Amino acid sequence: MSRPPVLAERPLTVRRLAGAGAILLVLIVLPAVLPVFQTLQVSYGLIFAIAALGFNLLLGYTGLLSFGHSAFFGTGAYAAALLVKYAGVNSMEAFLLAGVLGSLVVGAVFGAVCVRYTRIFFGILALALSQVLWSLAFKFFWVTGGTDGLRLPTPTLLGGAIAATLGAAGDKTAFLAYRYYYYVLVVFVIATAVMWVIVHSPFGKALQAIRDNEVRAEFVGVQVRRYRYRAFLISGAFTGLAGTLWVPLNGLTTPDILYWPFSGKIVFMAVLGGFRTFSGPIIGAFAFNYLETFAVGATVYWQLVLGVSLVALVLAMPTGLVGTASVLIEKLRRTSGS
Amino acid sequence: MDTLVIQILNSLFYASILFLIACGLTLVYGVMRIINMAHGNIYAVGAYVAAWVGIQLAQLPAAAGFVVLLVGAAAAGLVGALLEPTLLRPLYKRPEEYQLLITFGLLLILEDGLRLVWGPHPLTASALSDLMGSLTILGATYPTYNIFVILVGGLAAAALWAFVYRTRFGVMLRATSQDMRMAAALGINVKRVYVQSFTIGCFMAGLGGAVVMPISGAVLGMGVEALILAFVVVVIGGLGSLEGALVGALIVGAVRTIGITYFAEIELAVLYLIAAIVLFIRPAGLFGRA
Repeated sequence: MSRPPVLAERPLTVRRLAGAGAILLVLIVLPAVLPVFQTLQVSYGLIFAIAALGFNLLLGYTGLLSFGHSAFFGTGAYAAALLVKYAGVNSMEAFLLAGVLGSLVVGAVFGAVCVRYTRIFFGILALALSQVLWSLAFKFFWVTGGTDGLRLPTPTLLGGAIAATLGAAGDKTAFLAYRYYYYVLVVFVIATAVMWVIVHSPFGKALQAIRDNEVRAEFVGVQVRRYRYRAFLISGAFTGLAGTLWVPLNGLTTPDILYWPFSGKIVFMAVLGGFRTFSGPIIGAFAFNYLETFAVGATVYWQLVLGVSLVALVLAMPTGLVGTASVLIEKLRRTSGS
Repeated sequence: MDTLVIQILNSLFYASILFLIACGLTLVYGVMRIINMAHGNIYAVGAYVAAWVGIQLAQLPAAAGFVVLLVGAAAAGLVGALLEPTLLRPLYKRPEEYQLLITFGLLLILEDGLRLVWGPHPLTASALSDLMGSLTILGATYPTYNIFVILVGGLAAAALWAFVYRTRFGVMLRATSQDMRMAAALGINVKRVYVQSFTIGCFMAGLGGAVVMPISGAVLGMGVEALILAFVVVVIGGLGSLEGALVGALIVGAVRTIGITYFAEIELAVLYLIAAIVLFIRPAGLFGRA
């Protein structure tokens, strides 16, 4: 099956760095300008962006479509909630550590089964395994709270170090809209930078070689299955990290985020933004979050809105928002240049 | 003794519903290499249409229920016949990620489409199952309607087998499944084979939905739930294999029945564990082609 042209080589030029810096500056100023609700939306966007970035290491760079990433997001979320319930820990850093470690464990087990396969079998197997976790979270209600889920009290950030400096302590809204927003932003920036380094490292290049031609990659000495396994682990860890960050924002975790339609949403984000570019999943995560929030607020038939958008997207804009935008920019540049 | 009989009948009952759903999923994959994520919702369409028609015809004698079942199945088949040329056909040349995505979009649309047309409350028309009452087998009392469902499942399996392996169309279908381009070169109208097999698959799923409706009603979310179980069935049996769908349905039906009695908490986990073990040992499933 022929694949569309792959990611163009994008070096880290001064212009691109300046662009990223400008966006970061806007993100830093936002909470001062935006109403609280909008700031929370941006937080959700940042968190989903980390999940979609992790997911895209598999789809965009390794050529594996996982329909089971809800398993990682849910593991990250439940790791935090269970830490509160059973260990009484309330430190965000401990949550993040537990979320990433938990996702790595899940990834190690699932990956051992999944990476033996590619294409549709990989996707379905990932889906199947994620549903095992869902059914466990659903049925073992005395541990996980069942459909009611588990509540998460406001965690301390950096051992309470920044609690004193910003806003009044104990005010949940102020906490989420300021301190927690910046916390998420910092994690997002680090995660994005790490992912950038990964996909531009020799390891990342090897993954792209596997995606483009498995047989050739094998011949030039890439250990295909081992590299896929590592990509699976890293991808899961990123999505798990996002899951952990998501819980304090949402207030509680329910089995819904382990259910496979949630995996579908992560896929949707990557495709909406364009999974053939690095920034695509980030843009897609923001766009999806706004689309969903709008649809849920505007009508009870929000699934219909999402479904129609997805079908239209696949039929009319297969390269996603970023891909379509770059084509348009290219066109404009050519007409103005001639 | 009578509990054993009931357990066996229950697992056969589950198996026949599961087969009706899974055979369409596997047939479509076998011929078109597409996993239709909206397949469970087609099954729900069958249930909703059957329930709605059943409610409209409530004054007629209960035996009209048989017609109701066929109407439900036919409606699901019609939905399939409309969807394949409009939404799926433009995507055959694209990577399979897009095909999976569009059926996921379709799943969302159909899920809300049912809510839009029939509202959020469950629909049910159980005149037929009430009429049939129950009968006694080897000392166990069992609803006659469930026996009827088992027969429908068995008949559907036999009819599908005869259709695929004993008719001219079946030959064309298998040829297309093995090598689509060669089949096209030999003059087989591949487009028509595609739309026909998709329609048959949807018809079967609709029949499954229609026969289960008098027992559990037509409810929102039934499609997604059915899809997950149907995945287990086809993964165990082997994607693209009808025999596999039958054996997979029997296995899943039996495990579910035992599971509900002895390990209700981990029933689904056990099912997926079995699927994972099968895939680990036989990557293409029990009956799949490697």
